Amino acid sequence: MDPIARRNIVNKIMLTVTGICTVLTVSTLFLILGYLVVNGWRSVDWNFFTKLPMAAGETGGGVANAIVGSGIVILIAMVIGIPVGFLGAIYLAEFGGKTVPMLIRYTADLLNGVPSIVIGIFAWTVIVVPMHHFSAWAGGFALSLMMIPIGLRATEQFLRGVPNSLREASLALGASKTRTIISVIVPAAKQGILTGMILGVARIAGETAPLLFTSLNNQYWAKSPNEPTAALPVLIYNYAISPYEDLHRQAWAAGLVLLVLVLIANIASRWVLSRGAAVQRG
Amino acid sequence: MKTRMLWIALFAAAGTMAASAETITAAGATFPAPIYQKWFEEFHKAHPDIQINYQAIGSGGGIRQIIEGTVDFGASDVPMTDEQMSKVTKYKVLHFPTVLGGIVPTYNVPGATLNFSGATLAGIYLGNIKKWNDAALKKDNPSANLPNEDITVIHRSDGSGTSFVFTDYLAKVSPEWKTKVGVNASVNWPVGLGGKGNEGVAGLVKQTPNSIGYVELIYAVQNKMEYGSLKNAAGNFVKADFNTVSEAAAGAAKDMPADFRVSINNAPGKNAYPLSSFTWLLIPDKIADATKKKSVIDFLQWMLTTGQADAQGLSYAPLPKAVVAKEQKQIALIK
Amino acid sequence: MATAVVTAPPSSRPRKLGQFWRDGDHIAHLVTLIFAASVFLVTVFLVYELWIHSAPSRAKFGFSFLTGKVWDPVAEQFGALPFIYGTVLTSFLALLISVPLGVGAAIFLAELAPPRLSNICTFLVELLAAVPSVILGLLAIFTMVPLLRQYGEPFLKRTLGFLPLFQGPAYGVGYLAAGLILAIMTFPFIISISREALLAVPREQREAALALGATKWESTWQVVVPYARLGILGSIFLALARALGETMAVTMVIGNDTGIHTSLLSPGYTIAAVIANMFSEATGDMYLSSLIELGLVLFALTMVLNGAAQLLILATTGKGSRQP
Repeated sequence: MDPIARRNIVNKIMLTVTGICTVLTVSTLFLILGYLVVNGWRSVDWNFFTKLPMAAGETGGGVANAIVGSGIVILIAMVIGIPVGFLGAIYLAEFGGKTVPMLIRYTADLLNGVPSIVIGIFAWTVIVVPMHHFSAWAGGFALSLMMIPIGLRATEQFLRGVPNSLREASLALGASKTRTIISVIVPAAKQGILTGMILGVARIAGETAPLLFTSLNNQYWAKSPNEPTAALPVLIYNYAISPYEDLHRQAWAAGLVLLVLVLIANIASRWVLSRGAAVQRG
Repeated sequence: MKTRMLWIALFAAAGTMAASAETITAAGATFPAPIYQKWFEEFHKAHPDIQINYQAIGSGGGIRQIIEGTVDFGASDVPMTDEQMSKVTKYKVLHFPTVLGGIVPTYNVPGATLNFSGATLAGIYLGNIKKWNDAALKKDNPSANLPNEDITVIHRSDGSGTSFVFTDYLAKVSPEWKTKVGVNASVNWPVGLGGKGNEGVAGLVKQTPNSIGYVELIYAVQNKMEYGSLKNAAGNFVKADFNTVSEAAAGAAKDMPADFRVSINNAPGKNAYPLSSFTWLLIPDKIADATKKKSVIDFLQWMLTTGQADAQGLSYAPLPKAVVAKEQKQIALIK
Repeated sequence: MATAVVTAPPSSRPRKLGQFWRDGDHIAHLVTLIFAASVFLVTVFLVYELWIHSAPSRAKFGFSFLTGKVWDPVAEQFGALPFIYGTVLTSFLALLISVPLGVGAAIFLAELAPPRLSNICTFLVELLAAVPSVILGLLAIFTMVPLLRQYGEPFLKRTLGFLPLFQGPAYGVGYLAAGLILAIMTFPFIISISREALLAVPREQREAALALGATKWESTWQVVVPYARLGILGSIFLALARALGETMAVTMVIGNDTGIHTSLLSPGYTIAAVIANMFSEATGDMYLSSLIELGLVLFALTMVLNGAAQLLILATTGKGSRQP
């Protein structure tokens, strides 16, 4: 065969192959969402959102305490993680020199790469054992460790992205560095910062492993963050591996709710970012 | 935006958290989890100010957490060893038997009602007997129609009192098991898949054709799974139920040691079920918080009297009367 | 007094120490430094805790912990090899599937697709990375595992059963199932980062190849991809680091068996899965210490891989990145 024709055929085949790869990979998301919707939407009812879990083998329970429990540990994580990420990033972008920021960035990346189960072990040794009980605090602390690197790096990037001309103009007008940061730089970067925080929350919303031996689980409402608390991802895990059909049903519904929330958070963060970019360009 | 929504959700939740109920955290065995959950629910209805949060993380978990002091009390199907008890320095751990249960060999072979002799069961779990139509199984079941399929063995992946009782039984009926694998809540299983908790094993057996697992009776019953009969010490094939498990316990009541730590595997008796076990609550003998102490004592009294009536309905056997009397005396030891 | 000097030099020596600290900028500097340093301190503390709590098993087993094949809680003999083997095997399987798929898709998105389609598809793929592990595990248990058990694995046994890799009963759960689910979790990383690396290749390279008569595919495969190979390699390392640490989805489908098996169809264990299953019930100090040592091993592995990945990615996208 004419070598040129052969090369053209190879060209067409390989390019089609790459197209197929793309179709396969992109469609996975829709497959996942589809399966969850088909299996779960019927179970997402009023009972599901308002009732507490029932004893094994009985039907009609709900996941109310898991939804609220997830909210509580995420809130604790945010209370710890957002200040650290935000203020730490300000240091890295505005105040730091050469070596110290490099060291901090390196450890943040290291922390980001720590497997979530190892974070769970750490939270167990430093919070659960000294406190002598499982608690939402321990769970929230573990999750904050996963949230901080994301918030830190994203915030730093967006702070750095603010043009130097803004900084210089502010300083030229007599403002101190602190005032410059508060009134000029942070507002200029606020979309990006918000994005980083939302992404951090989205990431920890679905984490299960760090909660397994920190916030444990709870059949009832947790009265205070000092108690073990139920959480959606842990609930999904426990129900999925059980033999009870009713619990499987609830696991699908909980999975659907969790995935929808996580996806909404991710999409929202993109939207916030794109709006910010448009404003800056225009 | 998200923060505000979270605040609203929190306030709503706080609003629904009505009176200041005392919450007690407990963790441990999955073997008695169905009846414990029912008990804690009923007890809460009778005493709305006391709430017991029980997490079924396995007997190993119950023992570990009571040693670490991270729970108010634990639960286990395997009594703590002297070594484990010596690790707890702040108080002594008291064992309170709650019910009796039977561990059944449950399997996913449609339409077959099977008998297992001890040696056969050990052979399956050792990996020596690989197919359902093996000669040993045929010998135990001369009239059954056994398929020519591989046996998928399922065991526990977590530290389990159920595993302890099961391996203890296997060690009693199979010298090879005793030397090769041994007895413990967590062993080096020669073959098979691991499921987490009694529920995990039941779940795997239910979903995997031609599999076999060991679970507490109620898990097989609630999930409508087939389970087999075991050959007991008297040589009869016995299926686990309220009567056969009670018969296994009957002899134990007389020789019950003062600390209630006893094994009733392979108990004598014509119709005694050979894989029966007590299951215990691990209660500290010193509880600092006065309200918690009263709650625990109230629960124990309730459990030994009203609670026992729930046992039969969930396929457990209630405690022999002599054991109940001894336990009521032990309650006085809680300071 | 009127406003201070127009540009206050922050390094001018103040007359009194007290005045130094009353300067808002210095306070802000200190406060933010404390928060930033806390990240460093916490990470150091984490490594410290892992090190301390694994001391008993490190003392008892030494390096033979990494080569020991037996995990026997009864005899208190703990060897990590089955878990290291399972972790490496499942991750390798995952990459075997996701690298060709991922690089292929990245090529399509970077070279062939119109920019708008490329952006949308990349966005969708990155959303996939956000799907929580436990949800993938849920799907795997109820949809993927039965399919594998009934169709996938018997098919492999019939066609490739002469290889020891595909022998033994078809459980559905096992190394293969875990590898497949890890592939789904890793290809978003490969696609996203490889695409960036490919887009960073200067246009001149492509144009030069095309000018010499190469087809589009030849230009891509023989010129662009090699140019971006460091970034692509970095994405693979990053994906590998993620796969190694994955816990929930893996523990739901790997079968939880503590042995080393050659067949891909057999059940096994990974480091993360065994910790998740056994940690809260490890009775016995040596048992707990061994599990924590496993955590340390996993941490070390991911640390090395992440470090290598960052270097590689920096080398590519830093080099030829287009100016905004």
